[in-house]
Amino acid sequence: MAISTEDIKKIAHLARLEISESEAEATLTKLSGILGLIEQMQAVETSGIIPMSHSQDLSQRLRDDVVTKTNEREAFQKIAPLLGNGSTEHAVSNGLYLVPKVIES
Amino acid sequence: MINSSLKQLGEMLQAKKISSVELTQTFLSRITEYNPSINAYIALDASKTFTQAKAADVLIANNQASPLTGIPFAQKDIFCAKGWKTTCGSKMLANFIAPYDAHVITQFDNVGAVNLGKTNMDEFAMGSSNETSYFGGVKNPWDFDRVPGGSSGGSAAAVAARLCAAATGTDTGGSIRQPASLCGFTGLKPTYGVVSRYGMIAFASSLDQAGPMAKSAEDCALMMNVMAGFDERDSTSLMRDKEDYTRYLIKSSESTPLAGLKIGLPKEFFAEGLDANVAKIVETAIAEYKKLGAEVVDISLPNTGLSIPVYYVLAPAEASSNLSRYDGVRYGHRTESYTDLMDMYCKSRAEGFGAEVKRRILIGTYVLSAGYYDAYYLKAQQIRRLIAQDFTEAFKKCDVIMGPAAPSTAFKAGEKVEDPVAMYLQDIYTISTNLAGLPGMSVPAGFLDSTGGKKLPVGLQIIGNYFDEARMLNVAHQYQLVTDWHIRMPNLDMPNSVKQEGLN
Repeated sequence: MAISTEDIKKIAHLARLEISESEAEATLTKLSGILGLIEQMQAVETSGIIPMSHSQDLSQRLRDDVVTKTNEREAFQKIAPLLGNGSTEHAVSNGLYLVPKVIES
Repeated sequence: MINSSLKQLGEMLQAKKISSVELTQTFLSRITEYNPSINAYIALDASKTFTQAKAADVLIANNQASPLTGIPFAQKDIFCAKGWKTTCGSKMLANFIAPYDAHVITQFDNVGAVNLGKTNMDEFAMGSSNETSYFGGVKNPWDFDRVPGGSSGGSAAAVAARLCAAATGTDTGGSIRQPASLCGFTGLKPTYGVVSRYGMIAFASSLDQAGPMAKSAEDCALMMNVMAGFDERDSTSLMRDKEDYTRYLIKSSESTPLAGLKIGLPKEFFAEGLDANVAKIVETAIAEYKKLGAEVVDISLPNTGLSIPVYYVLAPAEASSNLSRYDGVRYGHRTESYTDLMDMYCKSRAEGFGAEVKRRILIGTYVLSAGYYDAYYLKAQQIRRLIAQDFTEAFKKCDVIMGPAAPSTAFKAGEKVEDPVAMYLQDIYTISTNLAGLPGMSVPAGFLDSTGGKKLPVGLQIIGNYFDEARMLNVAHQYQLVTDWHIRMPNLDMPNSVKQEGLN
């Protein structure tokens, strides 16, 4: 199936990857090659075959409903990214992670 | 000593002929000398390493040692190790200090093994040459102009160059076995679910499996005894009784210790695409197996050719989902300047991921997007079943399957970088076992002369039925008792000399 640079830009947006016009064009050639490879599947008759999502037929295990984890918030927040815009502060405050405002006040 | 087996090292340590601190120093000195040119390790922390070595010496002094106590191992940088920088070969995690241990790391720690450092790898394990690493490529110790294979390229070079006693790796489409073939050592990808994936940074969760990378099958068996086992923190970890992977490794007095073993040779593994000289080496190895008493049967795995297309739908689909967690919010790379949340996501991810990882995220996003799911993802899962059924049929006629592990010897750095499809074909003989969830290994089977006058290793692949690792390890072990390919070392002091001997 042929794809265009417009398709690449749309997929990149869905994947939350910023992509420039020139990058989209360079990506197009390589992605078209890979999709050409994948296209070989279409020649195979697969009607009635049960899809295989996993090599072992497993059912999900259940565990007892008891607390097994301890709170490690401080350790985890120590590796939070820096705020950006030249800041040397980690993007955390009062045990919460800081992100740009998404709701208008 | 650097070429000693794990068993020999364990015996020397426990007889106190050498201390763990001394052994660790030996390997760290080699790392200091050779790593700047090879680039196998991307994180070293001598203080942490020696703390473990000293603790191991105390265990040994108190007679509390087990077979791997005090032995220094290299850990692929895909395994979280508490307090260690754990990058998965990516700029995205370039400053990530793991806050917890992967199950595999805990297992090695629990027996008093020593962590020498974290090894280089293709970014997020996506690659077959280690060239997608943010931290640069890795040299193949047999020829510095060539790649070590991938994605476990750093562990591969570390084992081949004897910069560790042995190493860990992970294999999603061939990332233990292809580098084992290209660097000339023994590597095992266990049955899916045998080694816990907890704390192992996810690429394609239904295919990812950790395994040992070592000099010999015996070394791999000893490592499997530590690595394998049920772990409730991995939802796909299999609840099975603990087994001793060394139990079949016996030195038989018979001249035909493998009498009765049926080896299946899939005709698709010897068809077009396989280097003729690699084929000859594999055939010579199989002739050796006949001398050991094995019988050869012709089999067919008719859907082998489809394994690459299927893999390049399923693995990118799972990867695009797994890698959506890297959003610059809680850990990992966040862009320096951004206007709003969407801008922060898109810029952080565009800057944090390299080109191959982005390609796979885009492929995965595309095949999972509305309208294409049935044509790609579902279709690929259906063909995955056909591929697995091929193996089920084949194992009715044979006990193990043999063939090449990689279509050629190590290729030159840069040769396939611009052609992803050519790179993907490196895994033509390994991917189908990941899709089926079967165990596979690569065993050194000989060398070919390169045009530049270097010796380049070739691996023999052995594929077994589910949970048949112990038998596969013995099949490899019996071959290693009568051949010496696995103990040959590259001459690191003359990497660019015209004539290089296989033996050092």
